[in-house]
Amino acid sequence: MTTNPAVDAGWADPPPRKGFFTDTSVCIGCKACEVACKEWNAVPDDGMNFLGSSYDNSGELGGSTWRHVKFIEQPPVDLGMPSTTLPGSEGTKTDFRWLMSSDVCKHCTHAACLDVCPTGALFRTEFGTVVVQEDVCNGCGYCVPACPFGVIDKRIGEGVKNEGLAQKCTLCYDRLQDGLTPACAKACPTESIQFGDLDELRERAAQRVDQLHGAGVPQARLYGEDPDDGVGGLGAFFLLLDEPEVYGLPPDPVVTTRDLPRMWKRAGLAAATLLAGAIAVFGAGS
Amino acid sequence: MVPPAHFTSYYGRPVLKAAPWTHDIPAYLFLGGLAAGSSLLAAGGDLTGRPVMRRTGRLAALTALTGSFVALVHDLGRPDRFYNMLRVAKPTSPMSVGTWVLSAYGPFAGVAAAGELPGFGWLRPLGRPAGLVAAAVAPAVASYTAVLLADTATPAWHEAHRELPFLFVGSAAAAAGGLQLALSPAAETGPAQRLAVAGAVLELAAEHRMEQSMGIAAETLHEGRAGQWMRTARALTTTGAVAGLGARRSRVLAILAGGALLAGSVCTRFGVFEAGQESARDPRFTVVPQRERLAARG
Ligand code: SF4
Ligand code: SF4
Repeated sequence: MTTNPAVDAGWADPPPRKGFFTDTSVCIGCKACEVACKEWNAVPDDGMNFLGSSYDNSGELGGSTWRHVKFIEQPPVDLGMPSTTLPGSEGTKTDFRWLMSSDVCKHCTHAACLDVCPTGALFRTEFGTVVVQEDVCNGCGYCVPACPFGVIDKRIGEGVKNEGLAQKCTLCYDRLQDGLTPACAKACPTESIQFGDLDELRERAAQRVDQLHGAGVPQARLYGEDPDDGVGGLGAFFLLLDEPEVYGLPPDPVVTTRDLPRMWKRAGLAAATLLAGAIAVFGAGS
Repeated sequence: MVPPAHFTSYYGRPVLKAAPWTHDIPAYLFLGGLAAGSSLLAAGGDLTGRPVMRRTGRLAALTALTGSFVALVHDLGRPDRFYNMLRVAKPTSPMSVGTWVLSAYGPFAGVAAAGELPGFGWLRPLGRPAGLVAAAVAPAVASYTAVLLADTATPAWHEAHRELPFLFVGSAAAAAGGLQLALSPAAETGPAQRLAVAGAVLELAAEHRMEQSMGIAAETLHEGRAGQWMRTARALTTTGAVAGLGARRSRVLAILAGGALLAGSVCTRFGVFEAGQESARDPRFTVVPQRERLAARG
């Protein structure tokens, strides 16, 4: 159906592209995914923090947080929008809405982190996912500002495993190779995190949005399912109940390397200017 | 376009991650530029019979290059794995391209400089060819670092991708020209003076244009620590350029010009670096332009 990044990366005859569909409308914020990920991948502790942001105490994705459950408490606001209660239902809108969403590396079709990695530590697996080879990464940190979602980061902490190396979700590469479901999806009790073949997940997600729209939840929308967006679509995409930025996601992410040819051209022009200038200053007298 | 009256974010937290880079990186940007400009002046000095300029330029290039290499390796999470940069050559990674550009430049700049040192006289015959190769690669050394920064999601770097290479080569020319003004005799520094002043003008002009074209991320160049660096950079570079005009008539002016241009170049690199970091930390610079882009697309 859509382009398979594993094929673009040189895998001959790869298995179907794997991914996550995270349906945030059924997330209950139990953090089973965060815990399962830590356990399976032996991701070290990154602080016992009280952040004052609802039940979110892990803060952000990073070198030692590969799944991150976000909690958004929305106070009642009457925007004069159509009601979100079922037509004809007796109940009134609750005066408060709690959005929860388990965030993760998006395993972008066009992954900036992978493009800019100078060591080849980041690579595209046969499943179309993006993984760091911890024995190759030298911690240059270039992938960190390249990611348009702020996912990958260098692991910090004195003496921790892989300190100073870039780390992020591997979509449980080891489990996938053994035909297993990633730990987070396996642990999720509500099937908010769904794992499978990306093509199939996209179909399932489209049906789920229709279902929610039919049930009177007009705010339901997919994020990252479109292969024509600025990153070529996400391998891990979402169903959201509000604008992406409410969840800390960029509304229109673009892979920075899309502009790279233009950047090299400008740099070439600047280099030529410097060379011409240096020659000219010697030609112009004493 | 009218910016949206408000924007939403997740507890005001950044959408992006700022580069995990220390001040090693802006120092590296400065030193790389200084090395490149110095190699160009050294080669010119060699070909036009300006021995002090040749010598100063070659030694400055090697010193700056060594410093920039140390800074670069020091910034790695695992410095002992620096050599992993040489596993691959990836045109999509400016850091990979830069590694290979520096690998092509370094040995030649090194041989040219070594020939100037006591005890390495036997290398002197290689000085000219090596110096010329170094000079040929030098413009790439000076300009690729702009792509290194711009090829990220960091708003104030990416949005500056049109002008940043010109800003950086201008800054490199000003710094290298300034150093020659301060260290070489007036009889030899005509070309250095012209390069220094032209570089300073290019640096100032490119910075001005950049601010017009980079959208709201330009705010980061005016505020906070980045703003201080940029204001200082402008003052120093302007002073250096003006003093540079009289530098061949007065030793004092020559040293003042050289010092101001070098310091101005340092400040420019730190200012651009800090502006980018700030633009990544504030979700407004990520969300608002993307919202506008979506709105424009309809
Ligand atoms: S979300 Fe970021 S870290 Fe994950 S694949 Fe995309 S660019 Fe890389
Ligand atoms: S930190 Fe590691 S994974 Fe990231 S770009 Fe550098 S070498 Fe590649």
